[in-house]
Amino acid sequence: MRKKLSRHIGTITSGLRQNRAGGAALAVILLYLCATIFAEVVAPRDPSKTTLATLQPPSREFPFGTDDLGRDVFSGVVHGARTSLVIGLSVAVISGLIGSGVGLLAGYAGGWAGGWARGWARGWIDDALMRVTELFLTPPRFFLALVVAAIFGSSYTNLILILSLTFWPTTARLIRAETMSLRERDFILAARALGSSHARIMRRHLLPHLTPLIIVSAVVRTGNVILVEAGLEFLGLGDQSRVTWGYLLHNGQHFMRDAWWMVVFPILAISVLLVAINVLGDELNRLLNPKGNHVR
Amino acid sequence: MNLPPLHLLRFLARRLLQSVWLILLLIALNFLLIHLAPGDPVHLLAGQSGDEQYFQFIREKFGLDQPLTAQLWNYALNLARGDFGFSLAYQQPVLELVLSRVPATLLLMTAALLISSAGGILLGVEAARRQGSLFDRAVTAFAAISDAIPSFCLGQAALIVFALWLNLFPAQGMVSVGREMSGAELWLDVLKHLALPALTLACVQMALLVRLTRTQMTQVLNEEFVVAARARGVSERHLAYRHALRNAMLPIITIVGNEAGMILSGAVLVETVFAWPGLGRLMIDAIALRDYPVLLGLALLVSIGVVLANLITDLAYSLLDPRINHGARTTGARTTGA
Repeated sequence: MRKKLSRHIGTITSGLRQNRAGGAALAVILLYLCATIFAEVVAPRDPSKTTLATLQPPSREFPFGTDDLGRDVFSGVVHGARTSLVIGLSVAVISGLIGSGVGLLAGYAGGWAGGWARGWARGWIDDALMRVTELFLTPPRFFLALVVAAIFGSSYTNLILILSLTFWPTTARLIRAETMSLRERDFILAARALGSSHARIMRRHLLPHLTPLIIVSAVVRTGNVILVEAGLEFLGLGDQSRVTWGYLLHNGQHFMRDAWWMVVFPILAISVLLVAINVLGDELNRLLNPKGNHVR
Repeated sequence: MNLPPLHLLRFLARRLLQSVWLILLLIALNFLLIHLAPGDPVHLLAGQSGDEQYFQFIREKFGLDQPLTAQLWNYALNLARGDFGFSLAYQQPVLELVLSRVPATLLLMTAALLISSAGGILLGVEAARRQGSLFDRAVTAFAAISDAIPSFCLGQAALIVFALWLNLFPAQGMVSVGREMSGAELWLDVLKHLALPALTLACVQMALLVRLTRTQMTQVLNEEFVVAARARGVSERHLAYRHALRNAMLPIITIVGNEAGMILSGAVLVETVFAWPGLGRLMIDAIALRDYPVLLGLALLVSIGVVLANLITDLAYSLLDPRINHGARTTGARTTGA
């Protein structure tokens, strides 16, 4: 398993070194991660501290200007990156774990003569899991997240839970489809013939083959989560105690005529990050998942 | 008249049944949300702004003292009658309120879809015809960028540059305020207001269409019938647009149809930026007022709309494509965005 993982990392690094766009995207993402980790050093001003210097255009003191309450926009952008990245990564991990588990189980157990389920139970697990997945995939993800956030409140942890809830089915469906094609391969049959248990087959034989796909989908997912999260906050549904990109845009829309800097810098910050994640996702797709379905 | 073949009928019946089942599940999900929510469910059924007397009326209407199964039955029955609740803030039934906002949203979505289909398919076909060229790479880069940028960010940027700085278009709303207009003048005014939001939305959708068209066309252009047509001396342009595009169109239509929910989500956010008086505006106000009946009713109606859109897409596909195997459950990995 560890050897396998290091081989994937080797593929990624050598592949990205040859591809300028992918390498640049990775560099941009690392830059954002650094700014997130060292936010207090990069932007020492408290992003929610109000001052008397309201609606100041960008200057040497305030590189991105100040907002209607005299808060430093640069600090807001840097600290907003932390919120977005933490939410994006946590949701990608949580929904990736749930989605991979459900997908693997449904794909392996479902409707297959070699699976452990016998008789009427064959396919039942797959059917039940897939009906639930379908139900969560039908309402537009954005509306589902929005309604749940409006009802249950949109605190930081709530947002992570709500977005995980809306994002796992996509991964589940992807992993299920891949598992269903893998399980028919000869090496799985051979492992069965040698007496491997189902749990062992899933862990030692299927999972390693699924890892590249899981990695790619987690990267793509992170970008999607940040997009939805910013959208919710832009509509006014966010954690009020934190400065986020979506909040900056929500607040700035009333001052666009007089203070363009209040929205233009957050727009640039979010767009550059999402483009970088998108480019990296495409590149990883090409490197790790050359034959399979393109993960979006 | 010839009856459609039996397998087609069976497919239609199964697909129809599946949609009904999904809608019932969605209703149950909505019901579950109301009862899982913190606090008294009456607040979600009535909205935050009611008084005690109104709450009592709602409690009786939904039978909140009865067991949950009876309540679910009651809830579903109300929905079946077309009663999606009542908005105190607007003093209007939710269904009526939502339907009154649909035309504005539909106008925006149709305009955007027309622009993005024309532009996306043209760019996609031309990129596929000269793969690896500078043009192809530029188009691919454009798709990657416009796919990643959130619709509301693009909208705000467009608003600042084209409306506020260059003064080319009106910034917000659907018609100019304070002027009596009629006929052609009114249409022209609406068109001017429509331009920026429609172009923004089209730009976002175009990413999907360009990607899809390019992938489909590269596949089809390598097929034997294309090579055969080329050998017969069919011109390259005719080949791409008449022969290959026709075959590439079917999957494109299907995927766009299946993305109806995503397209609508994008429209809602763009509407908010430009204060376009459609469903998005209604939703923002409902969130701000904690008008839960509107919020829940809107979400349910949108979900039902998406189920129907997917159904129509699938049926259209199966009628248009004679090759489709109706026995197989559709499993292909669908493209999904935010």
